[in-house]
Amino acid sequence: MKLMINGKATELDTEPDMPLLWALRDLLGLRGTKYGCGKGLCGACTVHLDGQPRRSCQLTVADAASGEVTTIEGLSGNGSHPLQQAWREFNVPQCGYCQSGQLMSASALLASNPAPSDAEINSAMAGNLCRCGTYPRIRAAIRSVAADADSGAGARAAEDDA
Amino acid sequence: MSTLTRVSRRRFLQLTGLTASGLVLGTVMPRNLALAGILDEAGGEQLNLFVSVAVDGSVEIIAHRSEMGTGIRTSLPQVVADEMEADWHRVKVIQAHADARYGSQNTDGSRSVRDFYHIMRQMGAAARALLEQAAAISWQVPVAECTARNHAVYHREGGSLGFGELAARAAQLPVPELDTLRLKESADFRYIGRSVPIVDLLDMTTGNTIYGIDVHLPGMLYASIERTPWLQGRIASYDSSAALKVKGVLDVVELVAVEGAPGFNPIEGVAVIATNNHSALKGRAALKVNWRSSDHSSHDSGAYLDELAARVEGGPGEVRRQRGDVDAALERAASVVEATYRTPYLAHASMEPPVATARVTDDRCEIWACTQTPQATQRAVAETLELDVAAVTVHVTLLGGGFGRKSKPDFSVEAARLASHVGKPVQVVWSREDDIRHDYFHACSAQHFKGALDDLGNVTAWLAREASPPIGSTFNTSVRSNGSGGLSQGFANVPFAVPNLRVESHEAPGHVRIGWLRSVYNIPYAFGVGSFVDELAHAAGVDPAEFWLQLIGEDRLLDFSADGFEYSNYGRDIAEYPFATARTKNVIRELVGSIPWGEQLPPGQGWGLSVVNSFLSDVAVASKVEVRDGRLRVLELHGVIDAGRVVNPDRVPAQKEGGMHFGLSRARNGEIPCAGGEAAQSNFHDYPIARMDQIPAVIRSHIVASDAAPTGVGEPPTPPTAPAIANAVFAATGRRIRELPLGKHFSV
Repeated sequence: MKLMINGKATELDTEPDMPLLWALRDLLGLRGTKYGCGKGLCGACTVHLDGQPRRSCQLTVADAASGEVTTIEGLSGNGSHPLQQAWREFNVPQCGYCQSGQLMSASALLASNPAPSDAEINSAMAGNLCRCGTYPRIRAAIRSVAADADSGAGARAAEDDA
Repeated sequence: MSTLTRVSRRRFLQLTGLTASGLVLGTVMPRNLALAGILDEAGGEQLNLFVSVAVDGSVEIIAHRSEMGTGIRTSLPQVVADEMEADWHRVKVIQAHADARYGSQNTDGSRSVRDFYHIMRQMGAAARALLEQAAAISWQVPVAECTARNHAVYHREGGSLGFGELAARAAQLPVPELDTLRLKESADFRYIGRSVPIVDLLDMTTGNTIYGIDVHLPGMLYASIERTPWLQGRIASYDSSAALKVKGVLDVVELVAVEGAPGFNPIEGVAVIATNNHSALKGRAALKVNWRSSDHSSHDSGAYLDELAARVEGGPGEVRRQRGDVDAALERAASVVEATYRTPYLAHASMEPPVATARVTDDRCEIWACTQTPQATQRAVAETLELDVAAVTVHVTLLGGGFGRKSKPDFSVEAARLASHVGKPVQVVWSREDDIRHDYFHACSAQHFKGALDDLGNVTAWLAREASPPIGSTFNTSVRSNGSGGLSQGFANVPFAVPNLRVESHEAPGHVRIGWLRSVYNIPYAFGVGSFVDELAHAAGVDPAEFWLQLIGEDRLLDFSADGFEYSNYGRDIAEYPFATARTKNVIRELVGSIPWGEQLPPGQGWGLSVVNSFLSDVAVASKVEVRDGRLRVLELHGVIDAGRVVNPDRVPAQKEGGMHFGLSRARNGEIPCAGGEAAQSNFHDYPIARMDQIPAVIRSHIVASDAAPTGVGEPPTPPTAPAIANAVFAATGRRIRELPLGKHFSV
């Protein structure tokens, strides 16, 4: 089976019903994408399929073969995506385990909506659980990037919380 | 100081077992990131157990505590670097293996900074002294003329040598005596008290970190285990034929439990071993296992809590603390308030489930695990495989959350047994369902209180009775009631200036594996005590914040021995870490001063607060809620913590927010009911934790500035959160919630 992962054509010899999550981790060594629940409930395994955030535990490799997959390793390659920088600026992670998924959901959100409202941030990020409670910092980091992209709505949202 | 022993590097490596050869980290190995070696080994000249310096000048500092989100892998090395005058940008943090010479590596009890702050300063100062001596010898001048500063040693008349240039000579010198060490003045601190970003920050944002689940060894197999649904269950029969037909499944292995108390032993199960996780899970789903019943297979947590509640309401238990005559004071009271509270079993649900990898050869075993207790893991694996402890190497990965679950080495023992059986490296991956169903659950609890008030609203008597299955029952089934260690977590050690006081405990035999979870027995006791104080305040007609201050009374250092209670003080001498009521009262005052406490609110809204002293820190939390049409929303959470001196000020509010968030989740929905001995929940749909759209818009935390000895931070913010919310619900609605979670009573 042929997949396009982080811009590279990748050949996989596996059953088509294998969840993309395990194919990425166990077969391709792309372990930045995390297992958290296996049921699409926690968002730790979020990747992009054609730019859309998808739970890779709920996608089979056959589903993924139809499009282009981006994982955390492919988000920028070197940690330079504005959200990755903002995550570091705001010292977002505690244990860090959920943060790959958080970043993939947040980056998909900003790609489609560069200046989301707080309600839109909450709605887009509600599928990503964090047991350490980093949500306030995640929200602040997303707002800061949104504010840079658009000095309108994003900046106003950031001020509201100041 | 037994940890400060000089060991040659060669001997050190022999002792710790430098055996990372063959470890395939491939694309996940951090590159060009000098600060974050999680599975790397120190390679420089060893100056002491915690510090090595390489010829290129890089300083390697050992992190011997486990990183599960507190920032400890940064904070303690930050202390060492400061004392030794290292440049933080040239420091590489090396995660320690299990090794008893580090002292305790049990990363629990909110005590890493408390117990190691001073020792880390000594390690840094000892390394600095050696580097200064090495420079003095190089220049043939008195050492008093040499001063280490920012990664080099300077002579007072000019000239300098870098740490790298001095490393080889310094490593040959004898380790200085502790009493000769000169510690820095706090005014000279460069890193202590600064918000140094955590060393794993870049890797955490690029997916390059290595958690337990990210370890990969050549030829490694994956195991998924179907375990007995109830305590002490046994395999009656099983059919593996369908499982063995699944592509990728190589073997099905019976894991028979050892006899006796559950302890840290694996529970009985059937393991499916496969070439990848998908096949292991698919094979497991095809297994058919019949389980034998046990004494616990009819355990029903609802009926059990009813039984505990009847016991605490029914009559006296064992008296654990007493002063005055409570019964007489209750007799003459102007009014008596009484109430019973219940809290349920809880699961840890760290985002990374337990995962361990083992490689076993004839005479050695290596473990890679997300463990909070490397040495307990080492001992448990050695015992299981009948190896010397020294023949077991435990590599500690990052932990995707721990909260106490990963203090238990059972999952590493499973991996060791399976790797030994199949002769190849095996990684045991707990599914989320395994994690929630087979947790070491947090104890449920029933508590009954009676308070006597006089005509002026003063509390003249306090009677408290509890029944809660003890953690000790997990290790010894004859232990049936909480010991003084458990009762010292906010139940028997209430800081109240009440003339008549009695604390009693009842028996509560264990029917599930009881374990410790973030703040442990503080969780139920803070809910009972924090709610009942609020009930008394309202009965007395006094503002709850003012009532807490009055109840705590004069500034004094508490001594519980006068009341016959053996207060554990979290294992520390009370002379060294006194329980000072002035600090407890101060967090209440600072909290109330930082919020519009007492403001007029629209109908359906209310403020509530609660206070604890836990893990030697004082914490007060306030919450503002709104209840409308049966729906409860937590609008704001505010917390104040006094944890003494703070090493990394950014990580303390992070833990404070995180601890309140953890408390919020359990207050809203935290409950593991058991029926037929089995946990009813299995995943995040039925054991929900708060999501981003469910947390308050406002979460604030404040740290009290202090030069006092550092105390706990990770756990203390959790316990006061639920009673603060429940008290706010009462203020908003007049409805008193005496049983958690709140989701039983409201739509949340």
